Amino acid sequence: MQQIDTVTGPGPGDVAPGARSGAGARAGGRAGGRRGVAPRAGGTAVLGTLGVAGFALTWELVAWAEVVNPAYLPRFSTTAARLVTELGEPRFWSALGDTVVTWALGLGIAVVAAVVAGAVIGLVPFLRRATHSTVEFLRPIPSVAIIPLAVLVAGLSREAALVIVVYAPFWQVFIQVLYGVGDVDTVADDTARSFGLGRLQRLRHVVLPTALPYVITGFRLAASIALVLTITAELVIGNPGIGRQIDVYRSAPDAPGLYALVLVTGLLGLLVNLVTRLVERRVLHWHPSVRREGVA
Amino acid sequence: MAAGPAPARPTSARPMSAVRRALASLGYAVGLPVLLVVAWALATRGTTNLYYPPPSRVLTAFVSTWLSPDTLVRDVLPSLGRFAVGVLLSIVIGVVVGTAIGATPWLRALLEPMLEFFRAIPPVVLVPVLMLLLGIDDTMKLAVIVSGSVWPVLLNTIEGVRGTDPVLVDTSRSYRVRGLLAYRYVVLPAASPQIMAGVRLALSIGLILMVISEMFASSSGLGYQIVYFQRQYMVAEMWSGILLLGLVGVAVAAVFQLVERRVLHWYHGSREVARA
Repeated sequence: MQQIDTVTGPGPGDVAPGARSGAGARAGGRAGGRRGVAPRAGGTAVLGTLGVAGFALTWELVAWAEVVNPAYLPRFSTTAARLVTELGEPRFWSALGDTVVTWALGLGIAVVAAVVAGAVIGLVPFLRRATHSTVEFLRPIPSVAIIPLAVLVAGLSREAALVIVVYAPFWQVFIQVLYGVGDVDTVADDTARSFGLGRLQRLRHVVLPTALPYVITGFRLAASIALVLTITAELVIGNPGIGRQIDVYRSAPDAPGLYALVLVTGLLGLLVNLVTRLVERRVLHWHPSVRREGVA
Repeated sequence: MAAGPAPARPTSARPMSAVRRALASLGYAVGLPVLLVVAWALATRGTTNLYYPPPSRVLTAFVSTWLSPDTLVRDVLPSLGRFAVGVLLSIVIGVVVGTAIGATPWLRALLEPMLEFFRAIPPVVLVPVLMLLLGIDDTMKLAVIVSGSVWPVLLNTIEGVRGTDPVLVDTSRSYRVRGLLAYRYVVLPAASPQIMAGVRLALSIGLILMVISEMFASSSGLGYQIVYFQRQYMVAEMWSGILLLGLVGVAVAAVFQLVERRVLHWYHGSREVARA
């Protein structure tokens, strides 16, 4: 207990404010350092914006020059306008809602199942050894391989999609939990033991802090994989969502709509990355890796 | 990882205990799989359930479907060939372009947001786009594989090149190691652990996209066959297809691990030294 407190003790005190209110508040104490960094960060942002604008311009010009049949490659401006009209349609929002619900359900099931299974198997050496070969066989099976099976068993439904959305992220988190639980410092564990901590207390104060960074990394990766698989499932299986809408626009064919929705999936992916990074920073605000990032 | 018996404990190597240990790890390796297959066989014994055929039937279907020269030449090998070419292309493009971007700060700043965006797009949604742009042929299938698996290699190469130890760079520069020489002996080795991590991701994404591109628009290939079996309710054949894809996935992972061990043996070695 004591030992653990000295490890996490100073953490929340000096880092939590920074983590809570962003970079601005943290820089207060070291304005000198910030002066050197700020212009470079600003330059990067400008260049980045230029890059995005350059991409849009290139797209516009290529489409305008009709390098490809314009029915297949609409201009960027047409696509952007279409995206805006699409945002005004209830159909779009219900599709987006379906996608998000499938994603969240799948990710939730995968993470909970993986954490429970990973913790149990990781903490029992016998189970760990006995399951190793099976896990190493099941893990690389491409998730799309089970699409036909899911369709056969669950029909063209959200349940079928969930089978796929759960499968790959599950392994991602599961492996991380195994690593994390296996990474417990024996000295810390022995110390906790000699201080008379019970099994549950050690789980809470020794195993959890060790495994948490691994779990969160797994969660972050799993969140993007789950999104990819959600949209894949909608596209291939045809359960309602952005993916199915993309397939509808493809067969219509409605190229601007198709491209607009592809842009939406990219933005959705970026959003997921962003949110999971924020979650990571918040949950692990006490962890050296996050704290070091803050200082540098 | 629970990599078999703990090698950290060099107990006196009596031949008896060595044999016993080998047997034990063999038992651990095959125990659960055997148990699962037996359970599957028992649960489906004499079953009339359409969806879950007994393992013996799946095995027969596997041999008769996938090992016949006809399917092997028409479906399996072309699929695997496209997968191999697609991933190799991704690696080459990713490493070359990634080095250029990673070594040029302003280029990196210019392109980074766009690259992040492209990586965030689920690769599968590019299938319809590429179908529109390229039509349905081998080029489109290759393009689908490359369009998905190039990003992890590219972004990891950028990160790896950028993360090259500045002292190393300066030292080699002061010894006038420049250009291709510096690339071959300083930058590439420094970036290779990151690049290999990207390649591993590229492999699994590439495999998925190989299947998907054939599920969508094709009249041959692994992905097409599996969907075909499902639509025809040839369930044992479908299961055998899943089994085959699983085996391919495992084989690809195993080959990668071998290659990685070779390419990065110095890295794993130095890590072990650092840990000891």
